[in-house]
Amino acid sequence: MSEAVKMAEAQSPALEAWRMFRRNVPALFGVAILATIVGLTLYGRFFYGGDPFDVVWAPHEPPGVEPGFPLGTDYLGRSILAGILTGGGPTLAVGAAAAVLTMVIGISLGALAGYYGGWVDNLLMRVTEFFQVLPALLFAMVLVTLFSPSLVTIAVAIGVVSWPQTARLTRAEFLKIKELEYVTAARAIGAKNGRIMWRGILPNAAPPLIVSATLTIGVAILFEAGLSFLGLGDPNVMSWGLMIGANRDYILDAWWPVTFPGLAIFLTVFSVSLIGDGLNDAFNPKLRER
Amino acid sequence: MNGSFLIRRVFYGLLLMLGVVVLNFLLIRLAPGDPAVVIAGEMGGATEEMLAQIRADYGLDKPVLVQLGIYLGNVVQGDLGQSFFFNQPVAKLIGLRIWPTILLVLTALTLSTVLGVILGVLAARKPNGLMSAFVAVFATVGYAVPVFWTGIMLIILFASILPIFPVEGMQNVRLRDANLFVKALDIAHHLILPAFTLAVIYLAQYARLSRASMLEVLGSDYVRTARAKGASERSVLFKHALRNAALPILTVAGLQFGNLISGALLVETVFNWPGMGRLAFDSILRRDYPTIMGVLFFASAMVVVANILTDISYRIADPRLRGK
Repeated sequence: MSEAVKMAEAQSPALEAWRMFRRNVPALFGVAILATIVGLTLYGRFFYGGDPFDVVWAPHEPPGVEPGFPLGTDYLGRSILAGILTGGGPTLAVGAAAAVLTMVIGISLGALAGYYGGWVDNLLMRVTEFFQVLPALLFAMVLVTLFSPSLVTIAVAIGVVSWPQTARLTRAEFLKIKELEYVTAARAIGAKNGRIMWRGILPNAAPPLIVSATLTIGVAILFEAGLSFLGLGDPNVMSWGLMIGANRDYILDAWWPVTFPGLAIFLTVFSVSLIGDGLNDAFNPKLRER
Repeated sequence: MNGSFLIRRVFYGLLLMLGVVVLNFLLIRLAPGDPAVVIAGEMGGATEEMLAQIRADYGLDKPVLVQLGIYLGNVVQGDLGQSFFFNQPVAKLIGLRIWPTILLVLTALTLSTVLGVILGVLAARKPNGLMSAFVAVFATVGYAVPVFWTGIMLIILFASILPIFPVEGMQNVRLRDANLFVKALDIAHHLILPAFTLAVIYLAQYARLSRASMLEVLGSDYVRTARAKGASERSVLFKHALRNAALPILTVAGLQFGNLISGALLVETVFNWPGMGRLAFDSILRRDYPTIMGVLFFASAMVVVANILTDISYRIADPRLRGK
């Protein structure tokens, strides 16, 4: 490897960020928790099988008593551990899909508004403000109820209500970057608008958007949990929120059927947010002190 | 305060509400199925007569634009339709339920901003101290806990282990005939757990935010000047620094208001708080669309009003904005 290549590598912002991230203990801790949760969700049922909807034991068996049901059973006698292991899949999938949708809508609209300015900006920002007026959970509830609950509807509903913040952030970044000289230079050599936006500006706007995407995943997971808790999720799919919602009438008889799924949601969102904080520090070393 | 600013702001707010009404109208029409059946509610088992009545009331046999006109006209006159489940006008139903929600949301807002700012200021005094570490951990944990789960955990704690707060409803039925003061105390007693549950997430965020923004302000020249002329530490922190550091908190609190209402919806469901959120949840289970749409309308109106108030208080807090 030549000296020049090494120099370039040492200065590449992505590599610098990676170096910072690698030394961030809380962020690595977050990665470890998240990896464990994803691993358990994907492969857990091969070690601890069973349909989480099956009634397998007496109701309200406390945790740690019966070896077959280490986390106990719920009010119907369904295994909590089976629910936790299978219930993570839908929660994570909907969270991830909703986050992707949020980012796609938010980045597209924000980029158009910030890049073109003028009436495009005006129009898109008014639409954004309109969507910010609607209380997100309530609007998502309405959408899910009107268009029958399924994992797809829920992911779309969460995406439709959560994009405004991403749009504002993208717009702000585009407004800042489009004034830089290299963008003018690109325009001078005749690059098309689309190319300047997606190949020229977007990569440079990426760091704050990546951080925001991480946080969006956390919010989307909480959202899905809230909807399922209210009984607006897909009733045929076990999820952590559904477990809490189904058992909430019996919380004074048994604490474990609501506590463990809640801990699972908490740990997932907590790990995602540790990673987000770590990325934020890695991309903005100057902000670390705050 | 600039009068034309206020007029423009209120006009824009009304325009946003017009948008909400049009959205409500579109949602009912975009939903699969006959709008008359949707409006009657799928659980209602509507008779042919009822459906005919609805078609006539909403003008469903007329062109879509005329239907929109009729709908807008009704809303302007305060008619948000009829809840077929409760057999009452939606506006009246919500009129009864909106006050508990406002009480809950405003209490949570006050709790979270005041306590959050106090925590943040205390933490900012020592950027590497114990308080700062606590705020950092608290903010990350607070962000990740599902609000409905916090509520359930508090119910388990306070219902069985430490029964000092009521965990359900807003009033004790046995105090029905008590005087106003006792009743108010009773409501406040019932309010503690739901308000704290709702406040705790935002409290954590505001603590982190006010710490960061205080640290920024405390490094500035005018704070050094204030210290140099011998101002007391308390005066520097709370009079000089906090005034400027409060602006970002105001902005975020305004932006978060919609989320606060979303959170209230879950908290009301958990604690059986008789507000709009509980009403929305009950009507969604019964597919009582006129009521759901009415709640969406009023909840959005609350956000619009909160945004206008935020803008006004921003201008009061930051004199530089007044001329603009």
